[in-house]
Amino acid sequence: MYKYITRRVLQFIPMLFLVTIVVYGLAQAAPGDPLSGEILDPDIPAEVLEERREALGLNDPIPVQYWNWLSSVAVGDFGQSMHYTGRSVADLVTSRIMNTLYLSLFALGVTILVAIPIGIYSSKKPYSLLDYSATTFAFLGLATPNFFAALIAIYFFSFQLGWFPSQGTVSSVGLTGFEYFIDKIRHLILPGFTLGLASTAIYMRYLRTEMLEVMGSDFIRTARAKGLGPSSVLYKHTLRNALIPIITLLGFEFGTLLSGAVITEAVFNYPGLGTLFLNSIQNRDYPVIMAINLILAVTILVGNLLADIFYAIVDPRIRYD
Amino acid sequence: MSNERILDVKGLKTQFRIDKQKVAKAVDGIDFHINKGETLAIVGESGSGKSITALSIMQLIPSPPGKIVEGSIELDGVDLLGLSEKQMTATRGNDVAMIFQEPMTSLNPVFTIGTQVSEPLRKHKKLGKKEAKKQTIELLKLVGFPRAEDIFHEYPHQLSGGMRQRAMIAMALSCAPKLIIADEPTTALDVTIQAQILDLMLDMKKKTGSSILMITHDLGVVAETADRVAVMYAGQIVETSTVKELFVKPKHPYTVGLLNSMPKIDQDSERLESIPGMVPPAHNFPQGCRFAPRCKHAMDKCTEAVPDLIEDGLNHKVRCVLYDGSGKGVTHV
Repeated sequence: MYKYITRRVLQFIPMLFLVTIVVYGLAQAAPGDPLSGEILDPDIPAEVLEERREALGLNDPIPVQYWNWLSSVAVGDFGQSMHYTGRSVADLVTSRIMNTLYLSLFALGVTILVAIPIGIYSSKKPYSLLDYSATTFAFLGLATPNFFAALIAIYFFSFQLGWFPSQGTVSSVGLTGFEYFIDKIRHLILPGFTLGLASTAIYMRYLRTEMLEVMGSDFIRTARAKGLGPSSVLYKHTLRNALIPIITLLGFEFGTLLSGAVITEAVFNYPGLGTLFLNSIQNRDYPVIMAINLILAVTILVGNLLADIFYAIVDPRIRYD
Repeated sequence: MSNERILDVKGLKTQFRIDKQKVAKAVDGIDFHINKGETLAIVGESGSGKSITALSIMQLIPSPPGKIVEGSIELDGVDLLGLSEKQMTATRGNDVAMIFQEPMTSLNPVFTIGTQVSEPLRKHKKLGKKEAKKQTIELLKLVGFPRAEDIFHEYPHQLSGGMRQRAMIAMALSCAPKLIIADEPTTALDVTIQAQILDLMLDMKKKTGSSILMITHDLGVVAETADRVAVMYAGQIVETSTVKELFVKPKHPYTVGLLNSMPKIDQDSERLESIPGMVPPAHNFPQGCRFAPRCKHAMDKCTEAVPDLIEDGLNHKVRCVLYDGSGKGVTHV
């Protein structure tokens, strides 16, 4: 097992290398550079801008720029933001990453806490009223784009009902202790549920189907034939088998959540990595784009590795050696 | 062998609703009994209703669409059909246990053999973890695992089919049930393993005094294990007698056909005989005798009404017009 994990982690290195090449190329392929998108003071002479470009290294050939970036990243230096003058990339990213982590974990929690009980209930009483409602909700959840669900949530729960704030992470800077915590949670609710909507729908359907399939298997008949009660058959013998693919999928989910957060964060004006990422792309702030992208890539790779490890833990038939 | 009846099934009818109009009469009014310590075999082709009979006794018919519509199933004097689901749950695995056809898929892949075999003990005998483990290891030794302690901690995928079936037998025996139902317990196994498993079952029967209901399509298994035999065809019992008598003096043309389709060691025939045609579908049985369309002795009388199961000889019953007094019988084998 440890050998397997080490091998997988070593495989990350060439994969990440390839990812950076592709993303660097794509970012450079977009027209313009960090200085061209601004509404510039017409009094700044063109030579000054040109000097600035020269200083940032933007006039070097792209492979040279990439090499400069890569060699400093290799020693742990992500460089300076080209847009927010004077701020290091590491500083920008760390100021945002916790917010995104909270949001993703909140969405993941919503997914697990909503999808698993409803999925089980739907399979226990298939074709019941609740099952049909859950199915309808699932299809709506899958068919509604994230940003649209976000707008609807803001309209109803923020503007009409006024239950939850529609943007940001805190309402005032003066809060401390428990009040601060509650305020944070209140700000997480709308973006968190919006972000978790699609995956909740998927997991609910997935678990329902898995449960129904396992219920029809021979070993469930054996379990009933030995006189186990309905709850033991359902929660021990059926659920344990039905959760195998679900737990595996959860590993992948984390990477998906982080990247999905980009759009949700933008709609809720939530100061996380996602909004920073979008702004950086608009500003062609190459060092920030690359840093966030590396974080996303690492999360997805680690998520996939976790999925494989979970798989071996929950299913005794899987062994990596 | 005493004459005390451990299982007494009367007029059992189990049906499956296919759609609004169609109903499959999988088991259509069968009577049989098993005495204490006795082995009764039910033989028949696929689709004759023998497995549904077994599942009806366990009340594990998938419902809907299946339903026991009539009859009574008395286990040691208690009518199982009158029990609540809760009482039935306490009966399964405790008073009546079942061994299934597919050892490869009948064990839960994510739990150890030990966990699964000890479950009935913990549920019915209310044993603690330690005591259940001790008894389970004893059981595993009893069914022939030399390294029972290791097997206790192993998962089903680490075991071969024959070993899994041994584990299933250990599980069935764990609470010393009055009746063990074995639904084709050797069908999925290698021929060499089949004999071992049958020997094991007979051995266990001797040790525990349980009665066995053996469901099979293999007359070889019947000859080896059973005391009495009931031949099922299209949801009905068409013949019942002692095993010896059935092999020597089969009466029903279907039984004769089954026996003729077995290879014989003293005959050097090129091809085995077969019964033409197929078991009719359970939602569309022919009028009268259900075997008539495939029977070489069929006559007009056969299609008039379903013949009664009539006594013809000592403890020998047959459902065929040839034996209702007017007929002459079949010259067999």
